[in-house]
Amino acid sequence: MENLIGLLVAAPLLGAAVLLCGGKRLDRVGHWLGTLLAAASFVIGAVLFADMLGRSGEHRALHTHLFSWVPVGGFRADVAFQLDQLSMTFVLLITGVGTLIHLYSVGYMEHDERRRRFFGYLNLFLAAMVLLVIADNYLLLYVGWEGVGLASYLLIGFWQHKPSAATAAKKAFIVNRVGDMGLSIAIMLMFTTFGTFAFGPVLSSAGDAGEGKLTAIGLMLLLAACGKSAQVPLQSWLGDAMEGPTPVSALIHAATMVTAGVYLITRSGAIFNAAPDAQTAVVTVGAVTLLFGAIVGCAKDDIKKALAGSTMSQIGYMILAAGLGPIGYVFAIMHLVTHGFFKAGLFLGAGSVMHGMNDEVDMRKYGGLRKYMPVTFVTFGLGYLAIIGFPGLSGFFSKDKIIEAAFAKGGTEGWILGGAALLGAAITAYYMTRVMLMTFFGEKRWVPDADGNEPHPHESPKTMTIPMIILALGSLGAGAVFSINDTFLKWLEPVTGHAEGHSPVSALTVTIATMAVLVIGVAIAWSQYGRRPVPAVAPRGSLLTRAARRDLLQDDFNHVVLVRGGEQLTRGLVQIDHTLVDGAVNGTATAVGGLSGRLRRFQNGYARSYAVSMFGGAAVLIAATLLMRAV
Amino acid sequence: MTDVATVHSLWTMAAGAEDKIPAPHIEYGQLSPTLIVLAAAVLGVLVEAFLPRRSRYYAQLMLTVVGLAAAFAAVIGLAAGGYGTEKAHIAAMGAIAVDGPALFLQGTILLVSLVAVFTFAERRLDPAAHGNRVDSFAAQAASVPGSESERAAVKAGFTTTEVFPIVLFAVAGMLVFPAANDLLTLFIALEVFSLPLYVLCALARRQRLLSQEAAVKYFLLGAFSSAFLLFGIALLYGYAGTVTYAGIADVVDGTVKTVDPALAGTMGNDALLLIGGAMVLMGLLFKVGAVPFHMWTPDVYQGAPTPVTGFMAAATKVAGFGALLRLLYVVLPGLRWDWRPVMWGVAIVTMLIGAIVAVTQTDVKRLLAYSSIAHAGFILAGVIAVTPDGVSSVLFYLAAYSFVTLGAFAVVTLVRDAGGEATALAKWAGLGRRSPLVAAVFAVFLLAFAGIPLTSGFAGKFAVFKAAAEGGAGALVVVGVLSSAIAAFFYIRVIVLMFFSEPTPEGPTVAVPSALTSTAIAAGVVVTIALGVAPQYFLDLAGQAGTFIR
Repeated sequence: MENLIGLLVAAPLLGAAVLLCGGKRLDRVGHWLGTLLAAASFVIGAVLFADMLGRSGEHRALHTHLFSWVPVGGFRADVAFQLDQLSMTFVLLITGVGTLIHLYSVGYMEHDERRRRFFGYLNLFLAAMVLLVIADNYLLLYVGWEGVGLASYLLIGFWQHKPSAATAAKKAFIVNRVGDMGLSIAIMLMFTTFGTFAFGPVLSSAGDAGEGKLTAIGLMLLLAACGKSAQVPLQSWLGDAMEGPTPVSALIHAATMVTAGVYLITRSGAIFNAAPDAQTAVVTVGAVTLLFGAIVGCAKDDIKKALAGSTMSQIGYMILAAGLGPIGYVFAIMHLVTHGFFKAGLFLGAGSVMHGMNDEVDMRKYGGLRKYMPVTFVTFGLGYLAIIGFPGLSGFFSKDKIIEAAFAKGGTEGWILGGAALLGAAITAYYMTRVMLMTFFGEKRWVPDADGNEPHPHESPKTMTIPMIILALGSLGAGAVFSINDTFLKWLEPVTGHAEGHSPVSALTVTIATMAVLVIGVAIAWSQYGRRPVPAVAPRGSLLTRAARRDLLQDDFNHVVLVRGGEQLTRGLVQIDHTLVDGAVNGTATAVGGLSGRLRRFQNGYARSYAVSMFGGAAVLIAATLLMRAV
Repeated sequence: MTDVATVHSLWTMAAGAEDKIPAPHIEYGQLSPTLIVLAAAVLGVLVEAFLPRRSRYYAQLMLTVVGLAAAFAAVIGLAAGGYGTEKAHIAAMGAIAVDGPALFLQGTILLVSLVAVFTFAERRLDPAAHGNRVDSFAAQAASVPGSESERAAVKAGFTTTEVFPIVLFAVAGMLVFPAANDLLTLFIALEVFSLPLYVLCALARRQRLLSQEAAVKYFLLGAFSSAFLLFGIALLYGYAGTVTYAGIADVVDGTVKTVDPALAGTMGNDALLLIGGAMVLMGLLFKVGAVPFHMWTPDVYQGAPTPVTGFMAAATKVAGFGALLRLLYVVLPGLRWDWRPVMWGVAIVTMLIGAIVAVTQTDVKRLLAYSSIAHAGFILAGVIAVTPDGVSSVLFYLAAYSFVTLGAFAVVTLVRDAGGEATALAKWAGLGRRSPLVAAVFAVFLLAFAGIPLTSGFAGKFAVFKAAAEGGAGALVVVGVLSSAIAAFFYIRVIVLMFFSEPTPEGPTVAVPSALTSTAIAAGVVVTIALGVAPQYFLDLAGQAGTFIR
């Protein structure tokens, strides 16, 4: 069975290699080949999953060592895999949702002449993402981490003829580099602290290291997670990343890659458990981001950007839960999986809407689409109910647990975190209802596009609707399946550990409160967008609305503080370089040149003066030797 | 051990029975590399004497190549037979050591010579004089430059095929030099390889006066340094009562108590030891071109025919440093507190002066000469380490450096204008646009000289500096790195000149060489890259060969 693990990565990697190197002759079959290999990876994952279920909880993890990668002295990096319950959860999510989105893309990208390349990149992404979650050491994880970053860059900028897409790709890459730097520093710190970066030894001996070092490692890991998972303060790239094709937004920027930060923190649980300060930082980031993303989501008229804000906010929930320690890890991952279903479904629905509306993204130009796209409407609607936490649907179970756990943190901290999570739930209900109402309800508001083409909304082809239906089923039932008998908890507990917190409020109270804020959120949205017609041009709005439309001034902040500051710093350094460094270098060069010119004169071509110099040299040599003996 | 005993018994027999003179015991098999080369040289002289002029070139070339290859095969055979390690011992009645360093250096010298002979034999480069194909050497060495007889010789298409036996004699001397185990053998080997070199230097076909001037200077200064060496030997004999390395070392260590009555006044006198040791060192430092005994180098490198310069710069340095290593590690280890500080000083000024003066050179051969001085300094840093790593790093460096040098000078022979080789650096401007391949190859050699990673120069420099640092010579390494930085400037400057300057209108052309020079240059590139990319195998080889027999 161990031998199969490598194939999880190898199958999509092969696809990427063949599709990207194969040239035009693969144009006709490339997309099906890519889909097939993604499905193959999923089937292998499923086989391994069945095998894993056959063993008891403690013995489920599989390890396999492929080869020694960098053996240099005491430094040892291996290409080795570890497939435990946590990794398995991710593998199934990544390859499962990934396969569905490959299938969807066959239809979505039908008219794109670079479709083969698109599937090559998607396969590359799958390979890197699977590698990230099955690596058995941080360095190999880093390879996957960079690999998904690369694939994300390539796919955001896939329509590189649009300057906005090219810029968005660069922005995502650069912001991610900041986080990547954190991960590389964390790995270096691990090596100096533990002498290794394999999961086993690092995590089992984490308790023995000093808290200061663990806090430093934890903060660096958090920085990495912030970059990849678009958490404050490295959140600015996610909204722009929506420039990529919609299947990319669904797969990479909603369901899988952006959750890598949650994986990293959960995987490194032992480090965070021993570093409370780092944990506090994690929950702070999570709580701030879940509100930040939700507020941004309320103000956006671009359907994908509204969903992007929502993604940021939902991942904030997961980060918050992961930061709570053993009381939260399981629920972080559970929400991650349910979110994978409903958010991917929502994005695919959005893509389906755009497909029928000449790629229009402005929700103010939608309206009343439920009549034209019934399948999209129903599947999107199930995703909507799931994300707002409608009782019985998957989001209800997972989000409710996170809010409970936040209160269970205890003390003032617990109240603050729990309050933030509740407030977030209210805002989620508001902005998702707003999206739903603006898109599918009300009067039709669409107008001819720039070329004068009137949109003719229509249902999308089967290749697109089938994945949407499957994901909608997941949104519908996953939460219940996971929660009945605590199935998911029991499944993951051997890896992440679990502790019950001491909540100051009962679980029932939390659930009721959640329901109450849900109703409030929906009601406000209904009163604003349901009862009266949606204006085709956005009103000026309050100060907060205007700020939220500008992503709460994130880019302005970055521009003023980082770009301007960086420019000042660079100018200063250039100045120093010109005067001090160049001065020293040029001065030295001049001095050496002058000395050289002087010494050259001794080489006058006369054998007699050469002989004198030899004689003098010999005299000095002898004198020096004798002198050495004398002193 | 048994051999030493045999030697002892031979000596006691000689002392006991005056009427019997025992035949010296010579291990012909173990001396075969040198003997093969000498035999080929003698045969070469016979070829010169008895073969008609037109068939001499091919006969000589064949004989030389076969002789050198056979000698190299013999070295390999000896190394494979364990003479480099467990069977290492001192042959020929204590005169010649057969051990790891000796075999490694002999192998290097033979390979280098073999490649160098290819450049000696090149006859495609010089535009044919009167329809004859000629090489780099004077038509008739004895004719006065510019005279009627010279013109006649050129017209008749004469060539000096004597260079082949001459070079073989030089090689034989070089083979003995690093293996010499007593001071007299050392001196004789020195003269055996020096005299042919003086002659070779005088044989340039073009600019003959410059060539002859170089030869005379080299000869005069060489004789001067030999005098120092010989006097040093005399003083050491006075100190130890013997000229064998082991014998002197024993006296230095104080393990010999019996005093030769004839030397009662001087034996054990440290002043003799120190002065004699310094003088012998000086003789060797002259050969390797260390400051302040370096001044012959630029003039001779510039004046000598370029193939000879390449051979001399590569092989002499290997032989010279080999002898220096053996002297310092076998004879004078007990004195290291005396000679190390002095050698520190020599290494530092050699590195700095070589690098600094090279900056303002305008002739590519002189530039390479100063570069060779700087490199001598780098190698000295490894010599000073006095550790097994020091020995192996120096061995590696010598092998790496000699091939780079040969290749670089071989490239110099290709760049020509109406007056022969165009060695003025200004004429090399824009060479990369005219002949990208030749310029790229030269750039590879320059990068290796500068010690850029993935070339042999980096691996070698790293090895010697590492050994020096571990041997406690950290300050030396700092100076070495600074000198390397200065040196990098002028190497890179040539690359910039070749690739990023506008070609001059009447610039030189690049001659298309025959397979001979191409092979030599290719060998240089291959070794440079191989030792740069995968140095470990060769470092291990040098490491195995790093123990001197005493």
